[in-house]
Amino acid sequence: MEQYYDLTPLLNLIHTWLCGWMPEWLALTLEGIVVGVFILIMYAVLAIILIYMERKVCAAFQCRIGPNRVGGKGGLLQVPADVIKILTKEIITLKNADRFLYNLAPFLVILASILTFSCLPWNKGGEILHMNIGIFFVLAASSIGVLGILLAGWSSNSKYTLIGAVRSGAMIISYELSIGICVLTMVVLSGTMDIQAIVANQADGWNLFKGHIIAIAAFIIYLIAGNAEANRGPFDLAEAEQELTAGYHTEYSGMHFGFFYLAEYLNLFITAGIATTLFLGGWMPLHISGLDGFNQVMDFIPGVVWFVGKTFAVVFLLMWIRWTFPRLRIDQVLTLEWKYLMPVSLVVLLLMTVCKVFGLVF
Amino acid sequence: MIMSTLKEYLEGYAGGIKSLLVGMRTSMKVFCQKKVTEQYPENRHTTLHIAERHRAMLVMPHDEENHHHCIACGLCQMNCPNGTIRLTTEMQEDGEGKKKKVLVKYEYNLGSCMFCEVCVNVCPQHAIRFSNEFENAVFEKEKLLLTLNHEGSSLAK
Repeated sequence: MEQYYDLTPLLNLIHTWLCGWMPEWLALTLEGIVVGVFILIMYAVLAIILIYMERKVCAAFQCRIGPNRVGGKGGLLQVPADVIKILTKEIITLKNADRFLYNLAPFLVILASILTFSCLPWNKGGEILHMNIGIFFVLAASSIGVLGILLAGWSSNSKYTLIGAVRSGAMIISYELSIGICVLTMVVLSGTMDIQAIVANQADGWNLFKGHIIAIAAFIIYLIAGNAEANRGPFDLAEAEQELTAGYHTEYSGMHFGFFYLAEYLNLFITAGIATTLFLGGWMPLHISGLDGFNQVMDFIPGVVWFVGKTFAVVFLLMWIRWTFPRLRIDQVLTLEWKYLMPVSLVVLLLMTVCKVFGLVF
Repeated sequence: MIMSTLKEYLEGYAGGIKSLLVGMRTSMKVFCQKKVTEQYPENRHTTLHIAERHRAMLVMPHDEENHHHCIACGLCQMNCPNGTIRLTTEMQEDGEGKKKKVLVKYEYNLGSCMFCEVCVNVCPQHAIRFSNEFENAVFEKEKLLLTLNHEGSSLAK
């Protein structure tokens, strides 16, 4: 298969050119800063797109139109306007809060989110954090977020936030198991933890097709658990508006609240992105064996378009789930995990291993 | 015992998945439906639909010759719970020397009307009705005081 959009030569060229007229450490620092700024900009832009998409999709599921005034017919400027508004809001400091932890919590949440975000394979050669245990790192980094949520709930010194945080903690720690086992299933199938290698392995067929029924089961379990991990409905009981005002971030205002909000939407994107990487072939184009002309046309579409396209398709699926099902009670959430999802994911892992050993996968 | 428990568990599993899929199918149907939102100021002259029976403002229909059907009996005024309607009448003599009560002014205060439709129901001549013109917001209270009979109008023969 040909690769038209490999970024590695271009990036190497830039690096050698920079090293040509400055010391290497300076070049590396500069590149780091540029990439960091790039990540943050992508983060903000994606959040805006996702919030707009959520509002539109949610509206459509409720037979409404959604934002349609600000910025022309489609309401395109509604979310940027909201962002500007939230930037101008005051960050209120609470009287009886634990000041240090209270201010630290949003940064922990957003740090976890950005770290996982940087691991996504955007394109061939387009990965930002690349290591041979990439998917393991994603799991580890994403669990920093729950610490931020627990701290936010604890340090705000309010009942709503504490209940929200404890619920969220119980839920995320439980569902992390299912996610971990599902990821492990796909690691068994690919035989590597390196995200780029996992994607490269899917050049001759996405894992969803390679692992057939078992991979589809793992995909569904991953989506359910990922939805819970991102604290989104029907698992949004950490911020159940009707009971807890806004859950763990009730007491936050201004951009501190904005960080939680951003992280929530980007976690949705990251969940979908990891699902794309593990099951839907990351930036790999869709190939149907036998149709060479079709495959060649697909190769001409850049990898980043494939990745973002597939990710948004999964995001839509998650939004569909969110706006369909009512919220679960905390005991139902834990029952679902411990009695249904966890056993199934263990069975799936076992079956996948057996299939892999006996060569029953494609 | 253990088999029946397992069977129950698996049946619960299958039933749960099925009902979730039914839910998702339903919401996808709604997703694809035509949206019900009315984009109000834009659709005023196009798709805006106000139900025929909607009570927005009391009117007194007049025909081309500037005739209305009000016989100035005052039933609407008497029945109005808010005192919204005020009739001014006078006694006039027709050609044969018969005295008759005639409407001079039919005043209606839109600001205090609660749209109960008692006045319309009680009218023996169907002289008044509620119209659909609902854009009644004004900046001054005085503009809500309306006179329903037109200038120089008279009772239809």
